[in-house]
Amino acid sequence: MSAGVADIVADVVVVGAGPGGIAAATRAAESGRRTVVLDEGAEMGGNIWRHRAGDGVPTQARKWMARFARSGAMVLNGASVVDARATSGGDGFLVTAERASLACRVHGRALVLATGSRERFIPFPGWTLPGVHGVGGAQALLKAGLSFAGKRVVIAGTGPLLLPVAATLAGAGARVVLVAEQAPARAVVGFAVGLLTRPESLLQGARYRAGFFGTPYRTGLWVSEARGTERLEAVTVTDGRTTREIVCDVLCAAHGLIPNVELPRLLQCEVANGAVVVDNHQQTSRPGVYCAGEATGIGGAELAIVEGELAGLSAAGSATDVELLRHRLRPLRRMAARMEHAFAPRAELRDIVTPDTIVCRCEDVRLRSIESGWNARQAKLYTRAGMGPCQGRVCGASLEFLFGWHADTVRLPSEPALLSTILAGTADESADSLHQGA
Amino acid sequence: MTDTWIVTIVADGRELRVAPGTSVAAALLGAGITTVRRSVTGEPRGPLCGMGVCFECRVTIDDVPYQRACLVTAKNGLRVTTAQQDAS
Repeated sequence: MSAGVADIVADVVVVGAGPGGIAAATRAAESGRRTVVLDEGAEMGGNIWRHRAGDGVPTQARKWMARFARSGAMVLNGASVVDARATSGGDGFLVTAERASLACRVHGRALVLATGSRERFIPFPGWTLPGVHGVGGAQALLKAGLSFAGKRVVIAGTGPLLLPVAATLAGAGARVVLVAEQAPARAVVGFAVGLLTRPESLLQGARYRAGFFGTPYRTGLWVSEARGTERLEAVTVTDGRTTREIVCDVLCAAHGLIPNVELPRLLQCEVANGAVVVDNHQQTSRPGVYCAGEATGIGGAELAIVEGELAGLSAAGSATDVELLRHRLRPLRRMAARMEHAFAPRAELRDIVTPDTIVCRCEDVRLRSIESGWNARQAKLYTRAGMGPCQGRVCGASLEFLFGWHADTVRLPSEPALLSTILAGTADESADSLHQGA
Repeated sequence: MTDTWIVTIVADGRELRVAPGTSVAAALLGAGITTVRRSVTGEPRGPLCGMGVCFECRVTIDDVPYQRACLVTAKNGLRVTTAQQDAS
């Protein structure tokens, strides 16, 4: 064991403390397993259960947080996982994280990956200007204490997230001037009709809409340009025929969510259509590695909890409630599939990018440097697209949408880290000896 | 709302007072510091994803570079250096 490295031995290691990770850890710990959760955020809850200091926590979140606290599971916040691998002894896995510039190694017999999702960004001229945030990104900043009071805000992109974010920002005093959904009206209406079997979701949607009453909500409309010099000053929106300029301070723009599959890929778990493949125990193609929540496909917090419970129980070797949970999965997964279909980004979004538009923000790679005959790897080698600190997490999805490329290579470390952290993770023999002693 | 629980951080030598629980990214934006870094070709950049993915909000915190301002909670005395001061 080297100095300055914290070693922890557990039975079940969970990565991610959103709804899926919390449910998984709770179930595993309740089954008597020593359970450790690693999470990058300063607080538990992930992005969906994040809340403003002093604000009420959603009931379901409060319930699960309390149950987690009673379960005996341990959480390490502010821990960025940089490596996960099987131990050389073959008795489990070693997860290495960096926490406050120190390496932290957690050894476990089973892993639950609840890495969640991120927003999909599709480039447009001016999207790199300060004042342009993601849709969930703006909500995260609001919950982290940023005031939007009096700001003129345009919300654009696609998906059911536009409504709650518009309602939240308007409720916080923002002047939401337009909500532009790129999906055509018929797709949005079709999705809403599909919700008739779930009246509580429809009612929720109506409540959100009432939250920004007086602001136009337009379908079939998207941003074609953001303008400004040192920061955002105006956006241009289009329906493909006419354009209109809107003066604003903030633009929230994103096109739905995509699963975070970097860590599962590092562990060589099978990924199909951008999501981790799991069996009906939530086990990935790699025995002993389970996956739950958005990483297995975008489906929302409710689905993440059920998958998390199943993953946690399976990782703990328990069969309690498994049939009941599987039964609850089915309708939730059906709804997720409908959502993906209704809010697919339209082809016209590919025509907005100009040769000058930046497609990789880390390395300032512009569209004109990219040749459509390449693949993701060639683009990376020839232009550095995907080689910056985000490691392709933003431009990977952009290039996939624009060129149909799949960036499926992942390398160590999965997040930028100190050399001392990376070295701590590659010397895993001490974890084996620790486990024998435990 | 009372001001009893105010946290003071120092950004580029300037004192910023924020509510407890505020992230460094939110503190900077709230103080009008919209450009927190310069891109490799010198363009202004600010927080995009708000959740630790994009690294656009990276700043130097207490002399440690490459810290994601959106993932760090403001604490009394915390020192932040942004692109406003550090031209790199």
